[in-house]
Amino acid sequence: MLKQIEGSQAVAEAIGLCRPEVICAYPITPQTHIVENLGQMVDKGQIDPCEYINVESEFAAMSVAIGASAAGARAYTATASQGLLFMAEAVYNASGLGLPIVMTIGNRSIGAPINIWNDHQDSLSMRDAGWIQLYAETNQEAVDLHIQAFRLAEELSVPVMVCVDGFILTHAYERVDIPEQAQVDAYLPPFSPRQMLDPANPVTIGAMVGPEAFIEVRYLAHYQQMQALGLIPELAEAFQQQFGRDSGGLVKPYRSADADTIVVALGSVNGTIKDVVDEMREQGVSIGSLSICTYRPFPRKAVRSALQHATRIVVVEKSLAVGIGGIVATDVQMAVAGLHKPVHTVIAGLGGRPITRDSLRKLFRKADEGHLAHLQFLDLKHELVHEEIARMEGQRHSGPSAENILRGMGTIASQIR
Amino acid sequence: METTIKFYQTDTFTVGNRLLSEAERSVQAGMQRTNALNSGHRACQGCGEALGARFAVDAAMRATNNQLVACNATGCLEVFSTPYPESSWQLPWLHSLFGNAAAVATGVAAAMKVKGKQHIRVLAQGGDGGTTDIGFGCLSGMFERNDDVLYICYDNEAYMNTGVQRSSATPPAARTATTMPVGQHANGNVFGKGKSVPLIAMAHEIPYVATASVADLRDLEAKVTKAMSIHGARYIHIHVPCPLGWGADPSHTIKLARLAIESGLFPVFEAEHGEITGHRAIRAQVPVEDYLKLQKRFAHLFRNPKQVDVIAHLQAMADRNIRRFKLLEKSTPPTGGAAA
Ligand SMILES: Cc1ncc(C[n+]2csc(CCOP(=O)(O)OP(=O)(O)O)c2C)c(N)n1
Ligand code: SF4
Repeated sequence: MLKQIEGSQAVAEAIGLCRPEVICAYPITPQTHIVENLGQMVDKGQIDPCEYINVESEFAAMSVAIGASAAGARAYTATASQGLLFMAEAVYNASGLGLPIVMTIGNRSIGAPINIWNDHQDSLSMRDAGWIQLYAETNQEAVDLHIQAFRLAEELSVPVMVCVDGFILTHAYERVDIPEQAQVDAYLPPFSPRQMLDPANPVTIGAMVGPEAFIEVRYLAHYQQMQALGLIPELAEAFQQQFGRDSGGLVKPYRSADADTIVVALGSVNGTIKDVVDEMREQGVSIGSLSICTYRPFPRKAVRSALQHATRIVVVEKSLAVGIGGIVATDVQMAVAGLHKPVHTVIAGLGGRPITRDSLRKLFRKADEGHLAHLQFLDLKHELVHEEIARMEGQRHSGPSAENILRGMGTIASQIR
Repeated sequence: METTIKFYQTDTFTVGNRLLSEAERSVQAGMQRTNALNSGHRACQGCGEALGARFAVDAAMRATNNQLVACNATGCLEVFSTPYPESSWQLPWLHSLFGNAAAVATGVAAAMKVKGKQHIRVLAQGGDGGTTDIGFGCLSGMFERNDDVLYICYDNEAYMNTGVQRSSATPPAARTATTMPVGQHANGNVFGKGKSVPLIAMAHEIPYVATASVADLRDLEAKVTKAMSIHGARYIHIHVPCPLGWGADPSHTIKLARLAIESGLFPVFEAEHGEITGHRAIRAQVPVEDYLKLQKRFAHLFRNPKQVDVIAHLQAMADRNIRRFKLLEKSTPPTGGAAA
């Protein structure tokens, strides 16, 4: 049913339709509305049977999900940012144990400096945790990906993270088609666990494994992820047949088949990128884009084939591998290895800095003219940076950069100098 | 020549078990024994934790008619019982991490509830490090929500699995790998108030809290059995000597456990909904020295010159326990003896 609805609520309704049996809740902005809505839905009996557990930390949230999943229940939780890092140890554990937990990430930057706004540093910091990572472009896709995520997780016995841009998607009201229960039931069968804690058939889960088999266990984790590369397009196809809507998959090329410049990105920024692509196409610029929906496992082949005819590649990413550059760009570079194409890394939108059409337009034009640097920071305020660098180099005790910059901008405590 | 049999401390059932009626005895061997934790595991000789876990889990298995799932924290118990490809566990068993056994158990209990399998009960277990330190947040959360889980802490008073480092359950003055009796730690572990998780558990007003010891397996079994008759969050703290970490003779495990009780250093009591409801009396208080002397972790206290003041301090702790838990008054265990 079409609804004018907040992204978080749409996600909550999608989760409800997936019949989760245990939901763990711990608040962190911008994920809060998701678990709040789910709490209400459980209270009203809209999700039944379901245990909704208010835990004392994200570490506990993932741990409760681990126990529930190992005992055969469909388990779900949601988090963001500091919360995801706080549960990191259990995040790795869930995948190591092969537990098909589904978790929504309301993507948000990681402090310090503390910042609640959107970027992808949080989920990307977990890129090697053995979870499948899907990135939603729109709220419709956020809904659709969650339904696919449970099926994917349970078919492979691998946990799945659905990454939804904080605020930009989670707090946006837009028209979303919320599927009917019967449709979801037809697509997503009840959870039939690969392993289960059951007194009728006792198993030991989580044994200590030494050098004689550990690498084999890790290989199998890799193998499962590789299986996902085949399964994800199949599930997306089945989804289209069931729901009549194209959603998910590995990558989504846009006007890129004949493009010289292809812009690669994850998540909601693809909307803005496509607008700019359209605009520039009208002006005769040969440009297209590629949205990566499945980031882990990384669809290297699909990315390579989508990029093989481009003359240059621009990766616009909302994360930073400090000391090297882009995280996603590194993956893209590996995908096009040997094709001898310049891959430009553009670090953009960190901590919620708006990525405007105007900035992108200038950026892409530069790229088209062949003037784009190898690594650059979109809309970086150079004067602020230079001032702070001078301060750091001039004064041994120059103090915290973030506070200095704010003071420099006259935003806080400018009088206490 | 006439042999005299001395029934020393029959009250502890260490000798007296066979004098009890059949129904009241601890089952230490026998074909019918549930044996949750199989022999052949890799615990050290004389490991109190292995003994405590076997009796506790077996008792829980019996009490639930084998409808039991165990969650384990990282630590000696997990490592010695599940070296791949072997497992000593005869029940569904899950190990996730060092600090999350309580929360994982919450998840299992939630799954059982949602699946309508509430007859399957859940046990969480960990060492004192996993319980009193790193897993403390999850444990408190589990208590606060009153989740239907019995949590058992096997207290060997240090992080044994990583090579005997101090935990917040390590007694003052003890030598550990991180509190060597040299330099600023001239007397071993520093003196502090210590962290009593049983008392903190009581402050959560959960239905059942108890302490127990491998010195008194009958009492231990009775408490586990009682705990399994109750729903909601329950906590049992079991004192389990560790020959390796304590520097003690493996044949002294039970003796040490008994001396810890009889000196007053380890008070054995029960509480329900935040109120103490029973304690196990000690017959005649033994000086703490008798207990300390048998362990290398306290050897520095007895070197020349003997650390009289430190020993007096430990004695004062024991005396305080005796007053606080009324340990010299007649036992009032609701579960002891034939109860439960
Ligand atoms: C997060 C984390 N930190 C540290 C460790 C290392 N570690 C494993 S077991 C252990 C100590 C266990 O001590 P305790 O809980 O007292 O159990 P014991 O081995 O004494 O029975 C430690 C520190 C770990 N596994 N995980
Ligand atoms: S180190 Fe201690 S607790 Fe660990 S197995 Fe050996 S005796 Fe048991």
